[in-house]
Amino acid sequence: MSAKIHLDRTHLHHLLRQMIRIRHFEMKCVELYQAQKIVGFLHLYDGEEAVSVGVIEALTPEDAIVGTYREHGQALARGIAMDRLMAEMMGKLEGCCRGRGGSMHIFDRAKRFYGGNAIVGGGLPLAVGVALADKRRGLNAVTACFFGDGAVDEGEFHESLNLASLWQLPVLFVCENNLYSMGMALERAEAETDVSRKAASYRIPAVVVDGMDVVAVEAAARRAVEQIRSGGGPQFLECRTYRFRAHSMYDAELYRTKQEVEAWRKKGPIARFRNWLQESGLIHQEEVQRIETEVDTEIAAAVAFAEAGTLEPVEELERFVTMEGVPP
Amino acid sequence: MADFRMPALGADMEAGTLVEWLVKPGDRVKRGDVIAVVETQKGAIEVEVFDEGVVSDIVVPVKTKVPVGTVLARIGGEAAAPAKAAMPPTPVPVAPPRPPAAPPPPAPARLGAKVTPAARRRATELGIDLATLAGTGIDGSVTLADVEAAAIARPPAKAAPLPAEKPRRLGFDPAEMRKAIAAAMARSKREIPHYYLSDTIDLGAALAWLESHNAAQPVPQRMLPAALLLKASALALREMPQLNGTYVDGAFHPGGGIHAGWAISLRGGGLVAPAIRDADQRPLPELMAAMRDLVQRARSGRLRSSELESPTVTVTSLGDRGADAIAAIIYPPQVAIIGFGSIRVRPWVVEGRIEPRSLVTASLAADHRVSDGHLGALLLNAIGRLLQEPAKL
Amino acid sequence: MSPAATGTITYREACRQAIRDALLADPQAFLMGEDVGRYGGCYAVTKGLLDEFGEDRIRDTPLSESAFVGAGIGAALAGLHPIVEIMTVNFSLLALDQIVNNAATIPHMSGGQFAVPLVIRIATGGGRRVAAQHSHSLEGWYAHIPGLRVLAPAVVEDARYMLAAALADPNPVLIFEHVMLYNMEGALDPSVNAVDIARAKIRRAGSNVSLIAYGNGLIKALAAAELLSAEGIAAEVVDLRVLRPLDTATILASVAKTRRVVIVDEGWKSGSLSAEIGVRIAEEGFFDLDAPLRRVCGREVPMPYAAHLEDAALPQPADIAAAARGLVRPGRT
Repeated sequence: MSAKIHLDRTHLHHLLRQMIRIRHFEMKCVELYQAQKIVGFLHLYDGEEAVSVGVIEALTPEDAIVGTYREHGQALARGIAMDRLMAEMMGKLEGCCRGRGGSMHIFDRAKRFYGGNAIVGGGLPLAVGVALADKRRGLNAVTACFFGDGAVDEGEFHESLNLASLWQLPVLFVCENNLYSMGMALERAEAETDVSRKAASYRIPAVVVDGMDVVAVEAAARRAVEQIRSGGGPQFLECRTYRFRAHSMYDAELYRTKQEVEAWRKKGPIARFRNWLQESGLIHQEEVQRIETEVDTEIAAAVAFAEAGTLEPVEELERFVTMEGVPP
Repeated sequence: MADFRMPALGADMEAGTLVEWLVKPGDRVKRGDVIAVVETQKGAIEVEVFDEGVVSDIVVPVKTKVPVGTVLARIGGEAAAPAKAAMPPTPVPVAPPRPPAAPPPPAPARLGAKVTPAARRRATELGIDLATLAGTGIDGSVTLADVEAAAIARPPAKAAPLPAEKPRRLGFDPAEMRKAIAAAMARSKREIPHYYLSDTIDLGAALAWLESHNAAQPVPQRMLPAALLLKASALALREMPQLNGTYVDGAFHPGGGIHAGWAISLRGGGLVAPAIRDADQRPLPELMAAMRDLVQRARSGRLRSSELESPTVTVTSLGDRGADAIAAIIYPPQVAIIGFGSIRVRPWVVEGRIEPRSLVTASLAADHRVSDGHLGALLLNAIGRLLQEPAKL
Repeated sequence: MSPAATGTITYREACRQAIRDALLADPQAFLMGEDVGRYGGCYAVTKGLLDEFGEDRIRDTPLSESAFVGAGIGAALAGLHPIVEIMTVNFSLLALDQIVNNAATIPHMSGGQFAVPLVIRIATGGGRRVAAQHSHSLEGWYAHIPGLRVLAPAVVEDARYMLAAALADPNPVLIFEHVMLYNMEGALDPSVNAVDIARAKIRRAGSNVSLIAYGNGLIKALAAAELLSAEGIAAEVVDLRVLRPLDTATILASVAKTRRVVIVDEGWKSGSLSAEIGVRIAEEGFFDLDAPLRRVCGREVPMPYAAHLEDAALPQPADIAAAARGLVRPGRT
């Protein structure tokens, strides 16, 4: 994998398709939530698709990912099968975590996807540890650690950046800065609102990138990953983005104005990228429609798979509280 | 209203014959009053009542044999207050229909009595009426040891009433008693690995003290050497708690106090050993009085139920017309029995010279599952030591 | 550190030998924690190991409990066998999020995809005159958490061999080393080279009363049993060893034998491990009881500094003996 993006049609169409998959998946989740087929907390990724799609394009299957609780996009971009993801949302045994984790706790060992971490900031120390293990085992793998601007408030953010830098561990810290930790605006929570400066204070090279531009994100991620692989220690990517929907399904959005949301929607990553592709002649309207149709077919199949799924027998409730051995 | 029931009394008794009522309907009784006499294998037992009130009903007539637990009489509470004058009816709000009442909880055997779970289970297994037991545990709770001890003396009750038998004469039935002794002693010899020790004790000092003490007392108050032997034994047991208690379910249970069973042989054969509770704490004259009273009543077949509370050890003295020494059999589930032979003047070496001395051979039979000979020897040594200072007993 | 007498070993040395063995035997094992390397360990347990194994395997960490415990969990998820040392149980609270929200949950929450073969060694307990922020016994809290295994070695044999068993366990294992035990000496049976981490153990047999204890409480319970023995009371002393999952069967067997129980816990009584043990006995051994349950626990105060106050705040052998005596011989003091 090279540090450069191949701006050919195939790759560009792939980026668009990945973002549309995420957007349409989340829309379907809203529908299923209203039908009470998905329950609990449901944090949607609408608006932030370019971040995970761009970053994960820069990774290889050997690399690891530590996600957040707004991780459907991260999971789909990583290639976790949509049907197993949907089954997990519906609490089915066929889900990637047997229905134990749900929306906020997606794990996939085969994809090296270490959660689904629903304690803000709690995933950062894990990422440091995964990277430590990979480094000690000589894997030359990168651990991409996603977190929001809210995590920057947490002590674990600072402890983890320090430790990763101190031990020169192969971690790509990816801040999905959507300006709000739930309803708390960044400038109301942080004395220093330039998140990248905090990383710099731990001597971690930090780049700020437009998180609504999937190509920019991918390009920045590729450069950072290249640096890490060459033994340069951790890198920090601050992706400035925006969440189009409420924090978790519904809220009164008292903390931001409709005008602000509208302004960001105009910069939305999918519309912007699609328009650019069309204007540049890199994609036709029919191709976009075909992608959307194919994505919707994939989602329909995932929903059908999930609906047909079974429930884990209650007798297995205590299974895996403690493990009999380490899974292969 | 309380029920006065046939208590579980007497060795290997399944039922008792009510032989005498000491109260009649309308009599006021209080806790501790002896109100009936019941004949058992051990003899006629005066039975105390544990409730207060007025006898309202005698249920079982005399000369009737009934199983343990049968209601013998009913004791009413305070006389009912005169009925109040009828009140004019007052309007009552219409109550919503009540849910069906829950069944009333089973009445406890004795309100407020504490019984440990283990004791309760064992009592159920053995058919022991907990209400008849005095507890030696925490806060007076009835413990497993209490139940086990009672079980030795009190056989399980049978649910079905037995047909009334021909009334017997007041007192004990020697044949029944012999059976009971046979059962207990056979069990002891079968189950308890006895070890035996004996030691000769110089009673010179004790007898001299007794003589001077008795000189100042009227004849009925005079003390016998047996009281000194019993007291010395009880005090010595304080120092060796492993010889005072019971062995039940594979474990030793220390006695909650030193309740010495005093062996009394009955005229006409047989033997009982009612307990003298806290024998170590009683002054000698009181101990002597208790022994006299027990002997008298045992021999007239009138032991009280409370005296049948289980002993934690047995002491036996053969008296004047006995033998030099006794190798006694432990009364299960106790773990030791202390025996004294007859006091005899014999040659004894004192400071290198042979002198005539009043000697007694003290012996101990003890349960080897609980203690060893070393401890047993220490007990005999302690008894001997204590008897050298009779004024301190 | 006093040199051990001939044929005996200190608890501290037993801990060190256990770590050394683990590092020699398992290339995936490494140790990290605050001052475990150059300083030699706050309680000198890891002294000399840095020289032998190097900085890659003996890692000094910054004072970032959450980060280095979390990193231990991450490393375990990714295939290493980390041994993490936390200087004292009070500091472990800074890592509580990682231990409770991650280590204990991920195997179950991931549907069994991930194991967390992690060992965390934590110094615990009072008695060293270091007052209320270094002296508590919070292991009972951890014993509350499904997914964790919680060990309390109280004898040198367990200090020596529990670690290997803990590392072989695919689950997060917390080992609580009581600070008062590090200088304790004991003999190692040369025929023993492994111990289980599943069962409680009878350290002294008796028939009159069961003293159930762990950690330094075990040492005190054994001292109490000696006092009681002189009075003719035979106390059975049960060493819990494993605080989670509790070996209820061994506890109940002892209760069935003695029918009287004193639970010794240096932790506070309210909501404690002692409460858990007591209720298990009440639930499953109720009909074996011949006396009320008794507990001898830490007094419910933050640990004071002054020696006489700290002694008064902790269970002492005389307290344990008095509780046992009161059960066996009610009415006497």
